[in-house]
Amino acid sequence: MNYFVTDNTAPAVALADIPESPYAAFYDDLAERLADARYHVGHYFALPDGDRLRFFLVLLDDAESRILLASHAMGYYDDTALRSLTALHAQMHPFERDIAERFGVRFDQMPWDKPLRHPHDRFDRRSTMDDYPFYAMEGGSLHEVNVGPIHAGIIEPGAFRFVCNGEQVLHLEIALGYQHRGVEEAFAATHNRLRQMCLAEAVAGDSAVAHATAFAEAVEKLTGRPRPAELERERAVALELERMAMQIADTGALSMDVGYQLGQVASEALRTMTINTTQAWCGNRFGKGLVRPHGTDHPLTAEKAAMIRRNTAEIARRYAEVRRDIENSPTLLARFEQCGIVAETEMARIGGVGQAARASGLRRDIRTSHPWGVYAKELHHTPVTMPDGDVMARLEVRCREVARSAEYVERLVAEFDQKYAAAESPCGRPDYDAPLAPSSLAVGLVEGWRGETCHVAVTDAEGRIAACRIKDPSLHNWLALALAVRGEGISDFPICNKSFNLSYCGHDL
Amino acid sequence: MIFPKIRVLLSHGRQAIPDLDAVELTEEFRGRPELTEPADAEARAELESAAAICPTGAIATAPFALDLGRCLFCGECARRAPRSIRFTNDYRMGAPTREGLVVRPGDRCVAFDPAAVRPEIGRYFSRSLQLREVSAGGDASVEMELGATGNVNFDFGRFGVGFTASPRHADGVVVSGPVTANMAEALEICWEAVAEPKILVACGTDACSGGLFAGSRAVDRSFFERHGVDLWLPGNPTHPMVFIDGIRTLLGKKKRG
Repeated sequence: MNYFVTDNTAPAVALADIPESPYAAFYDDLAERLADARYHVGHYFALPDGDRLRFFLVLLDDAESRILLASHAMGYYDDTALRSLTALHAQMHPFERDIAERFGVRFDQMPWDKPLRHPHDRFDRRSTMDDYPFYAMEGGSLHEVNVGPIHAGIIEPGAFRFVCNGEQVLHLEIALGYQHRGVEEAFAATHNRLRQMCLAEAVAGDSAVAHATAFAEAVEKLTGRPRPAELERERAVALELERMAMQIADTGALSMDVGYQLGQVASEALRTMTINTTQAWCGNRFGKGLVRPHGTDHPLTAEKAAMIRRNTAEIARRYAEVRRDIENSPTLLARFEQCGIVAETEMARIGGVGQAARASGLRRDIRTSHPWGVYAKELHHTPVTMPDGDVMARLEVRCREVARSAEYVERLVAEFDQKYAAAESPCGRPDYDAPLAPSSLAVGLVEGWRGETCHVAVTDAEGRIAACRIKDPSLHNWLALALAVRGEGISDFPICNKSFNLSYCGHDL
Repeated sequence: MIFPKIRVLLSHGRQAIPDLDAVELTEEFRGRPELTEPADAEARAELESAAAICPTGAIATAPFALDLGRCLFCGECARRAPRSIRFTNDYRMGAPTREGLVVRPGDRCVAFDPAAVRPEIGRYFSRSLQLREVSAGGDASVEMELGATGNVNFDFGRFGVGFTASPRHADGVVVSGPVTANMAEALEICWEAVAEPKILVACGTDACSGGLFAGSRAVDRSFFERHGVDLWLPGNPTHPMVFIDGIRTLLGKKKRG
């Protein structure tokens, strides 16, 4: 099969240049490639194209930093079933389920043929939230526990169904879709690029910077205009601040769930300090409004740069103390270690990404494998990995990433101080009207705090955004959570869940 | 084992904000906007351009008004029409009526008319208020900010206000998100499970108006047609201080204006 080979810094690709293969060739080639851990699917989706349905594949080659684009097509009303790739490679399941759910495309021998998110424009109107086909097991000693959609804490909704033998979880199935707001459709329904930026920030509010950066990257690839290096640097600072804030927040959440109050309150205070730093920079604690295409409304100034350096150094110092206390508390380690294990082979099989994948030993980090901006030019990040794949490993990855992010922020802002503190910001103002390349496709690929965040923007013949397909890292990782709790006591579910802290709205869109 | 804990404690120090009613947020924070009627044709044109780009159509130009219930606080209008719109760092933005969120030229605060509050609210809940939060399409940022109201910094629990897990234990419901069609039934069931007397709070721009998803076919806002809201809190997301100030004012513990 032919691919169009590009990378994470190249401009947009004309739709006509993306080779179209027969499905048989597509299937055979992908079946073979996905067996190699260097490849994983960044995105796979279908778009109506006149009387056809065209399927696009974004395949990521981690070994050579390549992005491979391919496509296949079928008649919109063609009833032919396609051979399911999920049967061979479990990582394809959310993508094939999404395509089947939206367009009624049948995948032959699909082992997990279930709704994904119950979108409002789903093909089968009879499929509703209430009749999700949960997996059931028979047995006199088994019982089911249903949790949700509304959970005990102040978090988003989703339904969890456990099959238990006594205290032990045999199977967990997670049914999502309660958060479906029609985000992707809203992107295509407007030509107001500021509105599209705000939509990107709302995909998952705790990853506002990551999603906004991914979308802005895609837009800038479509306009093809160069951007100042300083803008890339400021975006990286914002991303690393967001990473610090959320990894610290999750440290606090994990501490809370095991009754370790000192760690909880210390982490809460440190997260407050981190997001207040972002607020003092851009006026919003979650960094909404900070990332805009081609420029920024909140360029760093000498005072703000000094404030960010001061705060991150203080946060890193105090967080290191919390980490030391966790590592010296046997009662905490007894809860966190050997709990909720996802082995590296399993993680690779289901296509796990981000910090959860790294905690299982997978070296998967867009900052390393597909670097852009300062990550390609000056940071040269190496992934933080742990071999164990348990709750402690996921916590440890968080701890080490906070230290690393603080180091990056310090380096990036220090450089700002040397070069620009006295001068006018070279970042420029945002541009919401720059013309986009017509009939093209651009991929924005960013490592958010949760993992690989991917926005694929497709333009029509007039150069308007005709579709934006979004992938939050949670789309891959929800299955990892389901696997992590297998065999564990049901009382360990909260800490397994917090150790992943996945997004519901990012999944449901 | 104990020494690392002492280190954490020493660095942690005292974190609680001493007086929640005296908090001033950073200058950068975009809170309540102040509007000025455009004086000339140029200012009028700037305002038209700001209204045109507003991502949620929150700005009306004739007569000039800005609806905080739709505003995302992105600040673009203030950059395009700086003579007509200026964002202050005032977080006192909650209102007992939906119309109260509409800001007009000359307004120096978001009005909070105590007469619009049901009298039993102060009587029943002024000393203790336990709320059940329901996210119905919220993007997790409002939810995290609501969680933060009880954290070590804001410590809203000091006034007897907190969040509870069961609607059976709750005195009211806080809704975040535009209310997705897929969550509409669960929200309704949760609301019914809360015993009378109870209050309803709409938290965040998404909840107040639907926000970016106001016209989405995936959203079903009929819940707000059936049930009256006692407190509207704008924000994207709602800052913990907006929530704390709004609840304190609703309970008659704080005056505005």
